[in-house]
Amino acid sequence: MPDQLVFGMEVFLNGLMAGVLYALVALGFVLIYKASGIFNYAQGVMALFSALTLVGIMEGQVPFGHIINAVFGTEIHHFGWHVPAFAAILLTMGVMVLLAICVQKFVFRHLVGQEPIILFMATIGLAYFLEGVGDLMWGSEIKKLDVGLPQGINSAIDEATLGMFGYGFFIDNLDIVATLIATLLVITLVIFSQYTKQGRAMRAVADDHQAALSVGVSLNFVWVMVWSVAGFVALVAGIMWGTKSGVQFSLSLIALKALPVLMLGGFTSIPGAIVGGLIIGVGEKLFEFAVGPLVGGATENWFAYVLALVFLVFRPQGLFGEKIIERV
Amino acid sequence: MKLKLATLALGATMAAGPVMADLVFPSLSYRTGPFAAGGIPFADGYADYFTLLNERDGGIGGELAQVPECETAYNTEKGVECYEATKDLGALVYQPLSTGITYQLIPKVTADGIPMHTMGYGRTSAKNGKVFSHVFNYPANYWDGASAGVNHFLEQAGGSLEGKKITLLHFNGAYGREPISTLEALSEKHGFDFNAIPIDYPGQEQKSQWLQIRRERPDYILFWGWGVMNQVAVQEAANIRFPMENFMGIWWSGSENDVIPAGDGANGYKALQFHNVGDDYPVFEDIQKYVVDAGKAAGAGDQIGSVLYNRGVYAAFLAAEAAKQAQAANGTSKIDAAMMRDAMEGLTITADIMSDAGLPNFGPAFNVTCENHGGEGMAAVAQWDASAQSWSLISDFSPSDASVVGPLIDADSAAFASENNISPNCN
Repeated sequence: MPDQLVFGMEVFLNGLMAGVLYALVALGFVLIYKASGIFNYAQGVMALFSALTLVGIMEGQVPFGHIINAVFGTEIHHFGWHVPAFAAILLTMGVMVLLAICVQKFVFRHLVGQEPIILFMATIGLAYFLEGVGDLMWGSEIKKLDVGLPQGINSAIDEATLGMFGYGFFIDNLDIVATLIATLLVITLVIFSQYTKQGRAMRAVADDHQAALSVGVSLNFVWVMVWSVAGFVALVAGIMWGTKSGVQFSLSLIALKALPVLMLGGFTSIPGAIVGGLIIGVGEKLFEFAVGPLVGGATENWFAYVLALVFLVFRPQGLFGEKIIERV
Repeated sequence: MKLKLATLALGATMAAGPVMADLVFPSLSYRTGPFAAGGIPFADGYADYFTLLNERDGGIGGELAQVPECETAYNTEKGVECYEATKDLGALVYQPLSTGITYQLIPKVTADGIPMHTMGYGRTSAKNGKVFSHVFNYPANYWDGASAGVNHFLEQAGGSLEGKKITLLHFNGAYGREPISTLEALSEKHGFDFNAIPIDYPGQEQKSQWLQIRRERPDYILFWGWGVMNQVAVQEAANIRFPMENFMGIWWSGSENDVIPAGDGANGYKALQFHNVGDDYPVFEDIQKYVVDAGKAAGAGDQIGSVLYNRGVYAAFLAAEAAKQAQAANGTSKIDAAMMRDAMEGLTITADIMSDAGLPNFGPAFNVTCENHGGEGMAAVAQWDASAQSWSLISDFSPSDASVVGPLIDADSAAFASENNISPNCN
C-alpha cells in the first residue's frame, strides 16, 4: 500500500478521535440551546471551572485560600488530605449543580422573555464572572490533572498496524478513552431525554415553553436540570482536555473548537454535535495532511470554519438542526 | 488574592502619581487571561527585586524604586494603553513582555525618548543600536537562541550535523517565525535539513503536527511556543516517544509550567536559558527575609526559584544596575529616561557585579555598546529532571554564531532603517 495512503489512514483515525473531543465541548452548547434558546458563551469557561474545582478538591486545596489568608493573616493553603478521583468527580458535579441553581436563580429567571441577544450577553458576563471566581477560588497556576486516564501511544494498535502496513499507527490511549466516554455520554443523554419523565419535560420545554408550562412542567426545574447536565458535560470535557494540557485558564478556549462543530451539526441536535465533531475533526486533519505542507501549514483553525460555512450554505440550519419554517 | 490586592495597591499608587524623586520602573504585566500562569511569576520577581532594594538598601542610590503595574493580559492594544498611561509618571525603562507590544512601542519609545528592554523577545534586529536607538535586547535574542540550540545539537551529534534533520515547531505568528531565517542560514552552513511546522494559537490540539513529526522523524526539534502550546507539545512528544534529549525549547518554552503537567514523560526535555535556574542564590534569601516574610511580596511568595520568577528578578536586576550606572555617570541620584538610555547603552555586567548583587553566575557577563544593544548573545542549555522536579543548566553560557547572526541583523535593521527613513548612527 502506498505510504501516503497509510499515513492518510492514520490521520483519518486521529481526526475521528479529535472530532470526539470537539463534540464533547459542542454537546454542552447544544443541550442549553435546545432547552432554553440560549447560546451559552460560558460553556468553555464552565469546562475550565469544573476542571479547576476537580483538581482543587482532589488536592485538598482550600478554596479562596488567598483571600482567607489576606483577610485573617493566616497561612492555610491545603486541608492536608487528598480526595480519590471518583469521589472528587462526584463532589465537583455537586458544585456544578449548585452553579446551575445559582445561574438560574440569580440570572436567567430574571431574564425570561428577553431577546436572545440579551441572554447571550448575560452568558458573556457569566463567563467572565466564572473565570474570575475560578481564579480567586483556586489560583491561576497550571495544575496537573490525573484521574487515572491512560495516555500515550496504544501499543496494540501500533503493533497490529505495523504488521499490516509496515507502519505503526499512532493512536493516543486518552483519545480512545474519550471516544468511549463520549459514546456512553451520548447514549445516556438519549436514554435520559427519551425515556425519563425529566427528559420528556426537557424535550417539552425545548419544543414549546408555553405549552410545557400549561401542562404543569416547571421551567425553573427544567432549566436548572439542563444547566446541570451541561455542567456535567463541561466537566467531562474539562477532564479530557485538562489531562492533555494541564488545567489552566486557556482551557476555556476549547470553546473555539466547538463553534464550527455547532455551525455544521446544528445548535439543536445531539447527534449533530457528534457527527459535526467527527466531520470537522477528520476534515481539518486530512486537509492539513494533504494541503497543509503546500501552503505553509497551520490550516486547521481556519479550515474548520470554511468547512462549516460550506455546509451552512446548503443547510443553514446545520446538518441535523431543525428546519426553520416561517409561515406568513 | 494577594496578587490582586498587590495589583490594586499598585494601581492606586499609580493613580495617585509617584513622588517625583522616585525611580519609576513600570511593569506591563499580565496576571489575567490565558497566559497568566507565565505572566504572574515574572511580574512577581520583577516587583519583589525592587521591593528588596527599597527595604534592604533604601532604594537605588538613595532613591526609592517604584514599580507601577499595569495589566496587559498579553494583549497588544492593552499593552500600548498601559504604556500611554504610565509614561508620564517618569518612567525610566519599559519591559513590555510581549513581542506584539514591543513592535507597537518601538516608534513610541523612540519618539518619547524612553528606553525599552526586550530581554529574549521582541524585534531581534533591535540589537543594532545604530538603528534602534532606544531598544535593547541584551543578553540574548531569538536568533542567538536558534544559534545556541543548533550549537548544542552540533555538540550532541559529535561535531557534525551533516545529513541530520532539524525541525522547528513554532507558534504561527511573528514570535514563532523569528528564528526561521537564522535556522535556514545555519542549515546551509552545517548541512542539515531544516523544516518548520507551525502551530496555530492557542495550540491545544497539535495532533497533526506530531503525526507529521512522527512520519518525518527529525533528529532534533527546536520549539518556539508559549502558553498552553508548551504543555501540549511536551505531552505529545512524550506520547509519540520522541527522545526528549533531542527536543529543545526556547526560553519561553522552558519553565516548570511547561513540563510538570506531562509528569515523568517530560524527563530530559531541554530548554535554552539566558539566566540561571534554581533558588540557590543569596538574593533569594534576602527576598525571603526582607520581602516575603515582611508581607511585602507581590505574590504569595511561593514562586521563588522558579524559572519565570528568576527571569523577573534578572530583568529587575539589569534595570537597577543600569540605573546605578546612570547615577554614577551623571553624578546624581535623580536620573531621567535619557540618562537611563545612555547608561543602558554603556552597560557592563561582570561576574563581580552579579556576585555583589547576590546573583553569582546567574547570567552571562556582557557589555553593551551603541553598535551592539544585545550583548554577545550568550545562552545556556537547561534540562528538566522529572523526579527532582527541577531544571538545571547542563552547559555554560556560550555565545551565538556571530558569523551567521550578525549579517542577518545587519540586513534586517538596514531594511527597517530604510522603511522608516532612519540614518544609522551612534551619537
